[in-house]
Amino acid sequence: MARAINTRSKITFTIVGWLCGLLLFFPILWTFLTSFKTEGDAIANPPYFLFFHWTLENYIEVQARSDYLHHFLNSVTISVGSTVIGLIIAVPAAWAMAFSPTKHTKDVLMWMLSTKMMPAVGALIPIYLIFRDWGLLDSRIGLTAIVMLINLPIIVWMLYTYFREIPGEILEAARMDGASLAKEIIYVLTPMAVPGIASTLLLNIILAWNEAFWTLNLSTSKAAPLTTFIASYSSPEGLFWAKLSAASTLAIAPILIMGWFSQKQLVRGLTFGAVK
Amino acid sequence: MKLKSLILGACSVLAMAGFARADTTLTIATVNNGDMIRMQGLTDDFTKANPDIKLNWVTLEENVLRQKVTTDIATKGGQFDVMTIGTYEVPIWAKQNWLLPLDNLGSDYDVDDLLPAIRSGLSAGGKLYAAPFYGESSYTMYRKDLMDKAGLKMPDKPNWAFIREAADKMTDKANGIYGICLRGKAGWGENMAFLTAMSNSFGARWFDEKWHPQFDQPEWKDTLSFYVDLMKADGPPGASSNGFNENLALFQSGKCGMWIDATVAGSFVTDPKNSKIAKDVGFALAPNKEGVDKRANWLWSWALAIPAGTKKAEAAEKFVSWATSKHYLDIVAAKDGWANVPPGTRKSLYDNQKYLDAAPFAKMTLASIKAADPEHPTVKPVPYVGVQFVAIPEFQGIGTAVGQQFSAALAGQISVDQALSSAQQLTTREMTKAGYIK
Repeated sequence: MARAINTRSKITFTIVGWLCGLLLFFPILWTFLTSFKTEGDAIANPPYFLFFHWTLENYIEVQARSDYLHHFLNSVTISVGSTVIGLIIAVPAAWAMAFSPTKHTKDVLMWMLSTKMMPAVGALIPIYLIFRDWGLLDSRIGLTAIVMLINLPIIVWMLYTYFREIPGEILEAARMDGASLAKEIIYVLTPMAVPGIASTLLLNIILAWNEAFWTLNLSTSKAAPLTTFIASYSSPEGLFWAKLSAASTLAIAPILIMGWFSQKQLVRGLTFGAVK
Repeated sequence: MKLKSLILGACSVLAMAGFARADTTLTIATVNNGDMIRMQGLTDDFTKANPDIKLNWVTLEENVLRQKVTTDIATKGGQFDVMTIGTYEVPIWAKQNWLLPLDNLGSDYDVDDLLPAIRSGLSAGGKLYAAPFYGESSYTMYRKDLMDKAGLKMPDKPNWAFIREAADKMTDKANGIYGICLRGKAGWGENMAFLTAMSNSFGARWFDEKWHPQFDQPEWKDTLSFYVDLMKADGPPGASSNGFNENLALFQSGKCGMWIDATVAGSFVTDPKNSKIAKDVGFALAPNKEGVDKRANWLWSWALAIPAGTKKAEAAEKFVSWATSKHYLDIVAAKDGWANVPPGTRKSLYDNQKYLDAAPFAKMTLASIKAADPEHPTVKPVPYVGVQFVAIPEFQGIGTAVGQQFSAALAGQISVDQALSSAQQLTTREMTKAGYIK
């Protein structure tokens, strides 16, 4: 009897899990399908699901109109660069907060988080002026710096949470054995926090890849990443749904593939400490 | 000594020759629409004639473009040499001295050939600050077959009472046909473009001469009540989230009897490649309320302007002149046919029989553009310029906030009276804060 209930609940959970997964995946699937439709079929009412005239014309047109590789390389540079620099800054910061907390540590953490709550547009003009005066407009260095800064609170918070799970006694033991602070962080703390650091890295690459507000406003062509590539195919007055879908598919494909391959690491890192 | 001078001289000549050959790269910010994309493919004609000028395109969706170019010009960022802007921006930016007047468009440009309404919308103090790439108004598109079935004949100049009668008769909800499709999605350039133009045709206005909002006046109540009632009776479901593209999709697939929207839609709905009802589409002017001397048609133009901060003004003006010239229209006609020529900018285009034959909507487009007057948009006097918008910097924010109230009324979340009262309240608050109301 107990086994029957167990099997039934397993089936129920599996079905619910699949339904949730499909529901979340549906917008991506629909974008993918639309990218192979003609503009007429893309707006057909009722919509076509699979039985339409499949065409590659949108991909051909997108390739002819835009330099995808240029935007792709900019996206890679900005997202990887900002995440790596962010980690270099955040690891010591999170170490200090996790293992040498003061009475203001919580306040500092909350303050860092609160910067994420301000609408980005509120800081656009001052940042734009700084970028203009420093010659950083439409530069990869400028965009890497700004994306790193806006994601830094999340990186610090994530690493802080992971580091808190590591027993301080292990670090104390390392110190007792004569390890310097740098060695303690590099040889003891970092290897123990690899799953956490890896998931922070992956998640922040995804966040940086998807960042649109700053990349759209601070770049024009030279440093423009894939967000600008997508924005050039959207239009409130005209039929661009199929082309926009093709551009979106091309823009999300690399990060989707990366997420697919690293999902084990990502999930392991995100649930790190939760099963203790 | 002589040798040294000779070498120095040779170096100077070489340097100057190099300088003379140095390319000028123009960065052009433009909006993503069919006409602009076509232009990007035809620029060989320009670069062949001007081999020292290179073109770097930045194409964006219109709201992203607007935010980006506004930030750049307001902070003198200098990222662009040519900007694509509309009739909303030109009067505001010209007043701020952010744009260069277009005085040197060339002897063969024929500035007097520009349609007066469009030229006026892109000028300030008698000077042209942006050259129109294409112009549009709005009109009534309808299904001739459904109109015949309803036993009615669409007049060239319909009024709202006729539109309601026709919509009622055309609606066949059981077969998924709705008498009328109108914009409902909230936004200053979405439902408020339509509703502001519609309010003009009911005699309403946004502000009186002292900048006091007028949503508490009976003309606005007439406008909004009529719109909500008409859409509830004969509009498609979920109309409060429909913009241009959604209504275009509905109309092209034969779900709408009538659609009042931008004249640029004419070329889409008559294109048999994408439109199921291409052969059955008729055109008429935007309606008015009987007795009111203004119609519900707007005026818009995407135009090319040169920011005051550019260091490449001469090359930029050459490009602007080429892209908005009669010669450019001929290039498009030769390559893609007259039906694809950017409409609504030049009188001579509407005297061209080949164009009139290729574009069945041409005459009505011209009549609609001519009927719009940005300086006198409604019957009562107003302190602002603009037909479907108020050309003040605060309008984008206020227009969108009011649009959200009106969209909520259409969705049935609030009543017409509540929407108008909220609109009055929020507009008064913002205009007082901005210093218009003393």
